[in-house]
Amino acid sequence: MSVIIDVRGLTKEFAVGQGKILRAVDGVEFEIGAGETLGLVGESGSGKSTTGRILIGLIPATAGSITLFGRMITGGRMPPDIRRRMQFVFQDPSGALNPRMRVGDSIAEPLAIAGESRRARQDRVAELLEMVGLPRASAERYPHEFSGGQRQRIGIARALALRPEFIVCDEPVSALDVSMQAQVVNLLLDLQEKFGLSYLFIAHDLAVVRSISTQVAVMYAGRLVEIAPRRQLYDSPRHPYTRALLAAVPRPDPDRPRERALGGEIPSVLDPPAGCAFAARCPLAEDRCRVERPALRELATGHRAACHFA
Amino acid sequence: MSAAPLLSVQDLTVRFRADSGWMTAIEEVGFDLMQGENLGIVGESGSGKSVTALSILRLHARTTTAIPKGRILYDGRDLLTMPERELRAVRGGEIAMIFQDPMSSLNPVLTVADQITETLRLHQNLDAAAARKRAIELLDLVRIADAPRRVDEYPHRLSGGMRQRVMIAIAIACRPKLLIADEPTTALDVTIQAQILELLRDLQAELGMSVILISHDLGVIAEFAQRVLVMYAGRIVEQASVRQLFRKPLHPYTDGLLAAVPRVDADVHRLPAIPGSIPDPNEMIAGCRFSPRCLEAIASCRAQAPALLDAGEGRRARCPPRIGSLTAP
Repeated sequence: MSVIIDVRGLTKEFAVGQGKILRAVDGVEFEIGAGETLGLVGESGSGKSTTGRILIGLIPATAGSITLFGRMITGGRMPPDIRRRMQFVFQDPSGALNPRMRVGDSIAEPLAIAGESRRARQDRVAELLEMVGLPRASAERYPHEFSGGQRQRIGIARALALRPEFIVCDEPVSALDVSMQAQVVNLLLDLQEKFGLSYLFIAHDLAVVRSISTQVAVMYAGRLVEIAPRRQLYDSPRHPYTRALLAAVPRPDPDRPRERALGGEIPSVLDPPAGCAFAARCPLAEDRCRVERPALRELATGHRAACHFA
Repeated sequence: MSAAPLLSVQDLTVRFRADSGWMTAIEEVGFDLMQGENLGIVGESGSGKSVTALSILRLHARTTTAIPKGRILYDGRDLLTMPERELRAVRGGEIAMIFQDPMSSLNPVLTVADQITETLRLHQNLDAAAARKRAIELLDLVRIADAPRRVDEYPHRLSGGMRQRVMIAIAIACRPKLLIADEPTTALDVTIQAQILELLRDLQAELGMSVILISHDLGVIAEFAQRVLVMYAGRIVEQASVRQLFRKPLHPYTDGLLAAVPRVDADVHRLPAIPGSIPDPNEMIAGCRFSPRCLEAIASCRAQAPALLDAGEGRRARCPPRIGSLTAP
């Protein structure tokens, strides 16, 4: 496996006034191989979207190193030739498309910026629409004429315009109906196979990433708490938060025995607890957990967890 | 069951004013709800599940809604024709409702105490001191820690999960007989969703109320409901007990929906997707509204709108070919 994304100690701090610092991402580390998908899972405030935005160069990191396609990114600036090899697919396809622009023009915009001729742009738009399973004539229509699932296909077509190698998909199916979700996930899988794309697939629960990821990482309050190859994460989760997150997903099985729900809520990253951020909700927590922050330790090949008891 | 249902919705049809005339949002929706029963209504966007719920309390804007057809019998009285004054005593008193987004349902400039006591003073004539005491009890009941202090907070100081607990406290303040919960956990994180579902289950048992839970998520429905209605494009397509529905769905749409649910407990590399899209409410579709997406559709499905057929064991499904083969000798 050739690694195309290598992230070490990634940290992002925001100044939030009155001299306060909010550490949204704290020491995150992972690798993504060519043609692979890392599923990044966490609840609100976990830092998953911020991580995605840093990778793509939308916001600079505060500390840590990012190596993209073999080149170390320093000083927070993303070189244009690296930036061009990466793209972003957003959660809300309606918000990401200009309602007054024809779909074809939206898809062609990155091509125009890259200096392609009108003729070449038209051909490429037709090709892209076909790739995402929409009729060519869609180019002449406006976003409101499409369903949510179709709009997400348009967003994907635009992301593919400049032939990226890596795409950050930030909750791309969370706003879609169940019957549309499967269509879009399957499309992403097809495109990955066809073009050898790599994805960072961000989601808020562990169900939807299972069908698309080769590797899964779980974040909690800005930190990575567990990362493992897909099978291992689902079959033998080692962090108590990962286990709680798995148990919390509602299943279409009325006979499943019910466990008591995990209590408490995610702590504020503005005022993070000393020690393990999950300790206040953790069924295993002891005194040590409240004072000593657990390091992300390797438990098996590719399987790491940040828990004193893992 | 010989007892009369608490709520009986009969042939309910609701139309909204649209640019191009009237649009039918729901058509001939009918179901009974027994005292203490948990009914789930599941469907995707545009299925009409929320319209059904809002119709029960007549919460649609009168300027854009045609007078609904059908009957909604609550305790023997028709909510659709009841005078507004009388209905106001039912709303928030005997039938309460909670919504998806607790932030926009709570008043941002009033404290939690103000909002809970408003309901109590309106429906139960409590004085200020008694209402406040009851508000604190209600926060305890919805498992908000440190209730005597929390009761004086403003909504923006609370997390999403806390706000939904406050909404539930307001809803159960007058011990309603029926609670309608419209996507109550959709805006919440997964672990908080589990807490709120657990709370609703506990309260339902403690207070003996009936609950109608509306959700797009089959997992949530499976964990909560006893009986389920599946809606598609404004119509009920299937009705069954929760176990029947998940064991052996009868309608092809229910089949497709169940297969498309992402599984956390199994490796499914490619989820079977339902082809096509949900129809726009204005779109005219001859025959069965699901037929353009149905892999089993035959000529008669496209010719004639199917009826909701009895399939035995208290089940109904709107699919003549499937029900026909079920009942054939």
